[in-house]
Amino acid sequence: MNEMTTPQEKLTIKDFTSDQEVRWCPGCGDYAILKCMQRTLPELGATRENTVFVSGIGCSSRFPYYMDTYGFHTIHGRAPAIATGVKLAKPELDVWVITGDGDGLSIGGNHLMHAIRRDVDLNILLFNNQIYGLTKGQYSPTSVVGTKTPSTPQGSVDPTLNPIAFALGSGARFVARTVDTAQKHMPDVFKRAHAFKGASFVEILQNCIVYNDAIWEEITNKKTAPDHQLLLEHGMPMIFGAERNKGIIFNAKSFALEVVTIGENGITEGDILVHDETSLQMARMLGDLGENPSEPAPMGVIYAAEADQSYVDAVRGQMVSEKGKRSLKDIIHGGQTWVVE
Amino acid sequence: MALEVQSLESAVVRFAGDSGDGMQLTGSQFTNSTALSGNDLATFPDFPAEIRAPVGTTFGVSAFQINFGATSIKTVGDQPDVLVAMNPAALKVNLGNLRKGGMLVLDEGSFTTRNLQKAGYADNPVEGDALDGYQVIKLDISKMTMEAVKDFGLGNKEALRCKNMWTLGLMLWMYTRKRQPVVDWLEKKFAKKPEIANANIAALNAGHAYGETSELSAHIHQYEVEPVHAEPGIYRTVTGSQALSWGIAAGGDLSGLEVMFGSYPITPASPILHTLSGMKELGIVTFQAEDEIAAICAALGASYAGALGVTSSSGPGIALKTEALGLAISTELPLVVINSQRGGPSTGLPTKTEQSDLYQAIYGRNGDAPMPVVTTRSPGDCFEVAIEACRLAVKYMTPVMLLTDGFIANAAEPWKLPDLDAIEPFPASQAKTPEGDETFNPFLRDEETLARNWGVPGVKGTEHRIGGIEKSYDTGHISYDPDNHQKMTDTRFAKIDGIAGDIPDQVVDQGEDSGTLAVVGWGSTYGPIEEAVKRARADGLSVSHIHLRYLNPFPKNLESLLKGFDKILVPEMNNGQLKTVLRDKFLLDAKPFTQISGLPFKISDLLGAIRAEIAS
Repeated sequence: MNEMTTPQEKLTIKDFTSDQEVRWCPGCGDYAILKCMQRTLPELGATRENTVFVSGIGCSSRFPYYMDTYGFHTIHGRAPAIATGVKLAKPELDVWVITGDGDGLSIGGNHLMHAIRRDVDLNILLFNNQIYGLTKGQYSPTSVVGTKTPSTPQGSVDPTLNPIAFALGSGARFVARTVDTAQKHMPDVFKRAHAFKGASFVEILQNCIVYNDAIWEEITNKKTAPDHQLLLEHGMPMIFGAERNKGIIFNAKSFALEVVTIGENGITEGDILVHDETSLQMARMLGDLGENPSEPAPMGVIYAAEADQSYVDAVRGQMVSEKGKRSLKDIIHGGQTWVVE
Repeated sequence: MALEVQSLESAVVRFAGDSGDGMQLTGSQFTNSTALSGNDLATFPDFPAEIRAPVGTTFGVSAFQINFGATSIKTVGDQPDVLVAMNPAALKVNLGNLRKGGMLVLDEGSFTTRNLQKAGYADNPVEGDALDGYQVIKLDISKMTMEAVKDFGLGNKEALRCKNMWTLGLMLWMYTRKRQPVVDWLEKKFAKKPEIANANIAALNAGHAYGETSELSAHIHQYEVEPVHAEPGIYRTVTGSQALSWGIAAGGDLSGLEVMFGSYPITPASPILHTLSGMKELGIVTFQAEDEIAAICAALGASYAGALGVTSSSGPGIALKTEALGLAISTELPLVVINSQRGGPSTGLPTKTEQSDLYQAIYGRNGDAPMPVVTTRSPGDCFEVAIEACRLAVKYMTPVMLLTDGFIANAAEPWKLPDLDAIEPFPASQAKTPEGDETFNPFLRDEETLARNWGVPGVKGTEHRIGGIEKSYDTGHISYDPDNHQKMTDTRFAKIDGIAGDIPDQVVDQGEDSGTLAVVGWGSTYGPIEEAVKRARADGLSVSHIHLRYLNPFPKNLESLLKGFDKILVPEMNNGQLKTVLRDKFLLDAKPFTQISGLPFKISDLLGAIRAEIAS
């Protein structure tokens, strides 16, 4: 039997660009992420009708308005919960959650944790600029200690939350990191996140030009970037640095990852750790790497577990296995009944 | 010597014991046998919030009251005719309410020094004259139960746990109810532990045999309550939670939408989550969320995706859902929100009943945020009201609040099974792919209902963005325009107010449609008000009973109907909330009669209030 397939019309960046005027501050990192998404979706073979962007509240959460897909701009912190409902109701949809460090890790921390724990098939993008932008510059859960803001004039004292460690601690099965300026790296991360069946968590380092400018400068500046970011590739040694002579080893004595220089202290390339994105233990250590400024920030896919049955399939699977066993009438008539003549 | 069987029109029996004595099971099994005998009935499970309070204490007392009769029964009865007290604490807590001259069945074996002490009795009430004026039947139920089950090899503790079945056996004998349904139930419940099933059946039979063979007292009769004369049909007993869940399932079928139910455990709403979770074969998605907020958000997300989102909670949980309710109102998505009200504020009285969330339902949101509010009057009524909530949500693209309460949720009554095929369907309308030059506008409105155009993901050509920011009336895009905000606010109100034209006119439940006094109620006060008004009318007073199902908007004839009465009395289990709303909407001098005790109204109290209001 011949299967008839309708030829897929070739979509372009234009097809995913809505007619709404983009209203982020000039120079905001969000523009680059938006463009990258509009560019990447056609490459993923995504359709407008089956793509949904769900966001919370904050600068990043205006994102859905600019995508010519389905979009739901919801309430502060609740996007993962709403997206869970969307996906449970219509599993065939591609659901993206757009959130920020305040929205996702502060007011909505509980929902983010549980969407990740359940492994709901969502692509969760957390724009981390370490600040509340829309409410005019208060410190956020990811702000470094000592950040001076209108609400912390003497500097913040709250310890910083690490989004990658948070996601892994919540049971994430896919965790990655990229940065707003990385127009080549970001699409690859989006593609991997999209392909993962389950909750994929992506931290996007994003610059807030108005309230927290240049916090990612060391990672994004072409001069300093090679020494401050560790580009991960599955199966490849974790080597970085402008001269490609720095690497990561596992120090069994300190039970931690350590930055070493190849050629010093007898270190050879063979001593450098090879990235295994399926290793949860390695992912946990990589998640912590970069908290110390002398360490590079791991970029790319930090963890991607083996495929498993997704939460949505499990939920709907229970419905399918029961289907047709009883009708509503059967249920209502199911108790002890009596007849009045 | 068997005494003759005496015929009764109705009886109120209250089973009371320790939380671990199985009084709820005893009561519900007695209820089931009573229903199968064809009586009308109403029940009142009255249990503490603690899962297991310390054994023998007064705060660990759990009770189950049933009123059953050969005539229509609408209340649980003001005063029990029979009180079964399984321990001193149960006696202490419940004796005050027993009818003078009523029957008291006591497990003498539990009146030990230790238990008396725990209940706070200085002297054993069974020995003095404290129980004079009641027909006291003292039985060593504990001992007789142990005797009855001794052949089944149970440990002491397990054997003693059968004493509720012994007691049930005796009460089934006393009221000439059938034992077989209980036997069937025990066999099913303990299918995997036949020795437990058999021991319980033996205890049940022993209690029954005791009634048959012993001369309990010269005054104790066996009673018979004739079947009620009811409408022909098939009946079963149903609790409010069951009927509500089934109504939601029916609402899904009738709208042609998949139901997505998001909930978080809370007393007394959880039975709805349990019931719907057990109905997956109907294609109902159930989701136990991480919190109340996620529960409503997931339901709303499902509605956005084209399903019928439903969420359920009790007052404190509804408070948490409030922000998402605002989003549902702003984005005009269908959603059914069930509130099984309990005593408040805050944690309040989780297992006790109250009607104090009416303000929360009608007024309790930020911004001008109208939504329809409907309410149920009895367990069986929940089915119809749940369907109506679904209909309004889907037809008007709005969240709908359904107010029920802990009393209705747990109480049971006989229910005539509905003919599902006879219910008018209300198929949901969702936008299709635009044709030709058509463009899709999510806020294009139906001229009659003002409902917006429901475009759902997965459909080509209706892609759109919505959210909680104000939308342009004309395009659905974000709009901060002042005139547009006024217009959208007005439209949201007009849409909800317009529902008044789509609901039945208010009827008078009892009495004339004008006169001296209208008693206006809503929710689970239906039974007590009906009975009180009946008695007042029998005394020749000009009183009518009007019971509301629709609290927002009100039926369009309600104002003129109420203005036909000289006086209006509003009995409520809150501090006068419907009274305020009636005054607000109609500038009427409605008078409150309130009770905030966590317990249903007594007919006698209501009757007193009616007399006082007419005399004033």
